[in-house]
Amino acid sequence: MTATVIKFYQTGTHTVGNRLLDPSQRSVQADMRRTNSLNSGHRACQGCGEALGARYAIDAAMQACDNQLIAANATGCLEVFSTPYPETSWQIPWIHSLFGNTAAVATGIAAALRVKGRSEVRVVAQGGDGGTTDIGFGCLSGMFERNDDVLYICYDNEAYMNTGVQRSSATPGAARTATTPAVGPAPGNVFGQGKSLPLIAMAHEIPYVATAIVSELRDLEAKVRRAMEIRGARYIHVFVPCPLGWGTRSDQTIAIARLAKETGIFPVIEAEHGELTAVSKIRKQRPVEDYLKPQRRFAHLFSPAVNTAAIAQIQALADRNIRRFGLVDAAAAAGAE
Amino acid sequence: MNIVHADPRGVDSGAHFMDGDHAIAEGALAAGCRFFAGYPITPSTETAERFAERAPEVGAMFIQMEDEIASIAALIGAAWGGQKAMTVTSGPGFSLMMENIGLAAMTETPIVLANVQRGGPSTGLPTLTAQQDMFQARFGSHGDYNIIALCPDSPQECFDLTVEAFNLAEAYRTPVFIMTDETVGHMHEKVVIPPADQIKVVERNLFTGPKEDFRPYRFDCQGGHPMTRAGDGYRFHVTGLTHDERGYPLMTPAQNQVVVTHLIEKINGNAEHIIRLEEDQVEGAEVVVISYGITSRIAVRAVAEARKKEIKVGSLRLITVWPFCEQRIRELAGQVRAIVVAEINYGQMVREVERCAAGRCQVVSVNHCGGAVHDPEVITKAIEEACR
Repeated sequence: MTATVIKFYQTGTHTVGNRLLDPSQRSVQADMRRTNSLNSGHRACQGCGEALGARYAIDAAMQACDNQLIAANATGCLEVFSTPYPETSWQIPWIHSLFGNTAAVATGIAAALRVKGRSEVRVVAQGGDGGTTDIGFGCLSGMFERNDDVLYICYDNEAYMNTGVQRSSATPGAARTATTPAVGPAPGNVFGQGKSLPLIAMAHEIPYVATAIVSELRDLEAKVRRAMEIRGARYIHVFVPCPLGWGTRSDQTIAIARLAKETGIFPVIEAEHGELTAVSKIRKQRPVEDYLKPQRRFAHLFSPAVNTAAIAQIQALADRNIRRFGLVDAAAAAGAE
Repeated sequence: MNIVHADPRGVDSGAHFMDGDHAIAEGALAAGCRFFAGYPITPSTETAERFAERAPEVGAMFIQMEDEIASIAALIGAAWGGQKAMTVTSGPGFSLMMENIGLAAMTETPIVLANVQRGGPSTGLPTLTAQQDMFQARFGSHGDYNIIALCPDSPQECFDLTVEAFNLAEAYRTPVFIMTDETVGHMHEKVVIPPADQIKVVERNLFTGPKEDFRPYRFDCQGGHPMTRAGDGYRFHVTGLTHDERGYPLMTPAQNQVVVTHLIEKINGNAEHIIRLEEDQVEGAEVVVISYGITSRIAVRAVAEARKKEIKVGSLRLITVWPFCEQRIRELAGQVRAIVVAEINYGQMVREVERCAAGRCQVVSVNHCGGAVHDPEVITKAIEEACR
C-alpha cells in the first residue's frame, strides 16, 4: 500500500474567525457557544451592514457578560427588520422603545437593576444614526452626563433608511437622499458643520468611546469587549454601509466600509474619559473618489460633469480627519513619497 | 379678509395622477406656503419629499429638522417671521408636537399641520390606516384651547383642503389640521390643480398703522386680528404665558378667563362660517350615516346598498371635523330615527354625536380599531338594524 502525501492548506480569514487560532484570539462567531443573539432569518436587505455589525457586537457583548444582557432598541431599520413575527430574531430580552428615547429607557433598566442589586446583568442600547444623532440626542446626552451604566451602540448608515432614505444629521455633504435631491446649484445634502457623535461623546468625558467599521469585525468585537469591562456610560459608533440607501452593490458592503476608513472619511478611534487612546491607522491611503464612485448617492458628483469642488470639499474633510487623529503614520507617509 | 389669487409660481396647474400625500404638498405650495419643516415618519413622508423636491423651483424653503418637536417649533418661528408654514406627521410625531400646538394656539400663530393617521397607540401600525387621532387633534395639548381640523376623503380633496387649511389658519390665526389617513395619503387618483387665478388665497392680515398703536392681540372672540412680521419695525412680544393685548404676561384668573374664552369662541362663534359638510338625501331620511375621511368612501357603498332595500337613508360627511357641527346634529336628532357613525377607531366622533343628539334619536357606533377600512356590509347591516 502506497501512501499519498496530501498538502494541507490553512484557510479562513481573520474576519470570520479562524478556529485554528488560539481560543483567546478567535472571533466570538467562531465559538460554538456563541448565542446568535440576532439570529438568522430576519428581513434585512442583502448586504446590510447594520445586521452584520449588530450580530458581531451583541454576540461579543453577550460573551463578555456571561449572557446576562438586556437590550433597548430605538425605532429604525434594525428594529423593523429583526422583529416582526415570525422573523423575530432576537434571542435576548429586548425592548423596542420609541424613536428618541432609547438611551433613557436603557437608563431606567440600568437603574432598576442597580436597585435590585443585579450588577451582573448588563444593559445595551442600540439605535441608528437618526435615532442617535437627531431625535434621540437629548436623551443620549443625559445618559452620558449622568454616566449611567449603559453601553450605547449607534449603527450609522448615514440616513433614515427605514422610512425611505431621508437625510439625517449624519448624512454627509453632497449625498443624495429623498429629502436632499440632486437638484439645484448645490445638489444633494448641504455641507453643514458636521455632527460627530463620537467627538460629542468624548466631550462628555464618559469612560469609553470607540468607533468601528464592519470591514474590521475583530476590531469591533475587541471594542465591545473593552466597553463591557468598564462600568458607566459607554458609546460605540459603528459605520454600517447600506446598499439600498447608498446605491451600492450588496456584495460591496465590506469593501465600501474599508474604503471609508482607508480614505480617512471615517476615522476608527478609541477614547477613554475624553482622551484619545488609540487610532486605527490607514494602511494604504486612497483618494475619496475611490470611496464615492461606487455609490449612486454620489453619482451626480461624477456625471454628467465631474463636480471637482464638491469632491475637493469631501477630500478636505478626510484630510482633516487624517490630521486630527493622526491616521497616517509619518514614517509610512514619508516612505510612500 | 385679504383674498387674492394664488401666486402662479407655486401652482402646478393641470390634471395629475398623484397620491394624497403629494397633493398636500401641492396644495401647500398653491396656498402660498413657502416654509416646510419636517421629519420622516410613515405614512406621511412623501409630502415632505415632494415639498423638498419642489422647493427650489418655487423659491420655498424646506428644512429637515432633528425631530417632530423641532419641526413644529420651526413653524411657529417661521410664521412670526412672516411665512406661511406647514409640517406633516403621523401618530407618534403628532404626540411629540402637542406642547408646541398649545403654544401656537395660545400665541394665535397661523400654522398648518397634516396628520396622515396610522394605527396606534404608540408605534402601532406604521403602514396601516386609522382615524384614531381625532380627539387628540382637538384636545391633545394641555389646557383649554381650540383648533380647526379638516378631513379629506380623496387626493383631490387633500389638495383642496390644504389650500383651505391655510386660508382658515390666516383668517382665524389658529393652527389648522388636515386629519387625513394612510389610505387617502397613499391612494393615487386624478387630482386637478386649477389655474392660479382660480385659486383663492387668504393673505396674512398685517398691521400697517402707527407703531405705537400696534397690538398683537385683541380678545374680541373674532379671528384675524392683524399680525406683524419680525423685522417690519413693530415691537411685539409673544409668549405662551397668559398675556394681555400687548402680549405681555398678565397672569391673573381674570385674564386667563379672557384669553381662553377668546381662543375658544373665535372658532366656535364662527363655526357656521368654518364648517363644511356634504349631505346626501338627508331630508326625509330615517337613518343618517355620518362618516369622514376614507370611511366616507366606504359609506357611499353601504348607503347605496341600503337604499336598494328601500331604506330611507341619508349620509352626512364631515369635511370639517373640528369645530364639530353641533347645530346640525341637534337638528337631525329631532328628525331621524337613528344616526349611524362609522369611523376607524374605538368610537371617537360618535361621542360628539351622542352629546349633541342628547338622547333624541338612537346613535349607533360602527367602529373598529386601526389597520383597515370598513367592510361596507357592516355599515349596511347597522343601517338595517337601526331601522327595525
